[in-house]
Amino acid sequence: MGTENIPSALVQFASADKLINLGRANSLWPLTFGIACCAIEMMAAGCARFDLARFGAEVFRPSPRQSDVMIVAGTISKKMAPGIKTLYDQMPEPKWVIAMGNCAISGGPFVFEGQYGIIEGADQFLPVDIYIPGCPPRPEALIEGIIELEYKITGWRRWPKVTAE
Amino acid sequence: MTLTFLNIFIAVVIAIAFVAANAAYLVWCERKGAGFIQRRPGPTENGLWGLLQPPVDGIKLMTKQLMIPGGVDKIVFIIAPVLAMFPTIISFVTIPFSDQIVAHNMNIGLLMIFVFGSMSAMALLMAGWSSRNKFAMISSVRAVSQAVAYEIPMLVTTITVVMIAGSMDLMEIVHKQGGGFWHWNIWPLQNGLFNVLMPFSFLIFFICSLAETNRAPFDLGEAESELVAGYHTEYSSMGFGLFFMGEYANIVIGACLTTILFLGGWDCPFGLFPGVWWFLLKIYFLIFTFIWIRWTFPRTTIYSLLNLSWKVLIPISLFNLLLTAGLLKVF
Repeated sequence: MGTENIPSALVQFASADKLINLGRANSLWPLTFGIACCAIEMMAAGCARFDLARFGAEVFRPSPRQSDVMIVAGTISKKMAPGIKTLYDQMPEPKWVIAMGNCAISGGPFVFEGQYGIIEGADQFLPVDIYIPGCPPRPEALIEGIIELEYKITGWRRWPKVTAE
Repeated sequence: MTLTFLNIFIAVVIAIAFVAANAAYLVWCERKGAGFIQRRPGPTENGLWGLLQPPVDGIKLMTKQLMIPGGVDKIVFIIAPVLAMFPTIISFVTIPFSDQIVAHNMNIGLLMIFVFGSMSAMALLMAGWSSRNKFAMISSVRAVSQAVAYEIPMLVTTITVVMIAGSMDLMEIVHKQGGGFWHWNIWPLQNGLFNVLMPFSFLIFFICSLAETNRAPFDLGEAESELVAGYHTEYSSMGFGLFFMGEYANIVIGACLTTILFLGGWDCPFGLFPGVWWFLLKIYFLIFTFIWIRWTFPRTTIYSLLNLSWKVLIPISLFNLLLTAGLLKVF
């Protein structure tokens, strides 16, 4: 992540762009939207112990017109996919997608021969920015995903990365 | 005071700045207050105590795509958010913050505030109607029925206070309550009247201002579990931002009016240092109560909301009006 080449605009507004990106990165309002068990972890991330509010990301907007990031939290069934696509299309630019959990990344445990009801990964029909692995991921993982998305938007990481010992 | 063009200009600019600063930082207070009530820190990472959160949100809202969905009534759709914000700013022109700090005092100031206050219900109706969205439509119908139901007890209560003060001039109403804690309109001892219903009047007025601003527990207009986001479902970017700011500006107006009518305005409870700070202290205490109520009470249903107004608040406020009129006649 953070390696994409963003084509330079004809007229550059460097400081203004930086400021706008900082603004966008620090108030990522998610869409109130959960499909399966990952949504429970997403709720936990908003609650007292983990508190997404610290990063200004706790404003779960019910209307897609007012939200910035779509957290696809759960298994996407074939019946659900058109609804998710409509919601994504209804969000105004700029918008981001987080695929949370193994089901939203690749179909997770539902990938087997002859399965007919599950879409194998949100990136089959949405441009996913951040993948958060786990089944389901812990709330810390979701917070890490949000920080990673902030890094993707601004090119500046809030805290140094912690590696596994 | 000579009313030159420059005076008016300065007054309006100060009013807009006060409203905008209050609206922005009340959102921060709300998020922080919600955090403390739910035992979490609230915004902390953006600036000291998350104090940079409102400007950051502002930048984001302003640079977001302004979407006008297909099939909406364009003119009404664009006017509605402006109409939600503009009357509240105008209302601030006549609110006296202290003896000297008032943009333009009028002898019908109270009437003017209520005239402009009722325009915000119009904005909600326009937003819901023009959005071409069934949730927005239902929400705006709810909001308007709520606004109508709660405006009646509010106005009747206000008439009671106007009868006691004998004036619609906000300065005059505050001056009549001067002289300490026990002279405020919230207490029954005022002017030798022993109207025991006055504390209830205060409660009725406070509940009505809560309902007029569409705040929890009366936020039926934007009930998220039923109506998506309510009347501003189709608004993105700053259109939504204006509705949001209008709501907080309305809270400030409600707190200011409650303070002026019942809590003695800038009058000090024990006669020391009367001034604008007492007024600010009182309005911010009331605003804190607004936030406190929002995060500790569940939402009511629409019929219990209307029942509360038509069956409880209106009879009590009408009875209080009659009682006050009788007492004024006798004493």
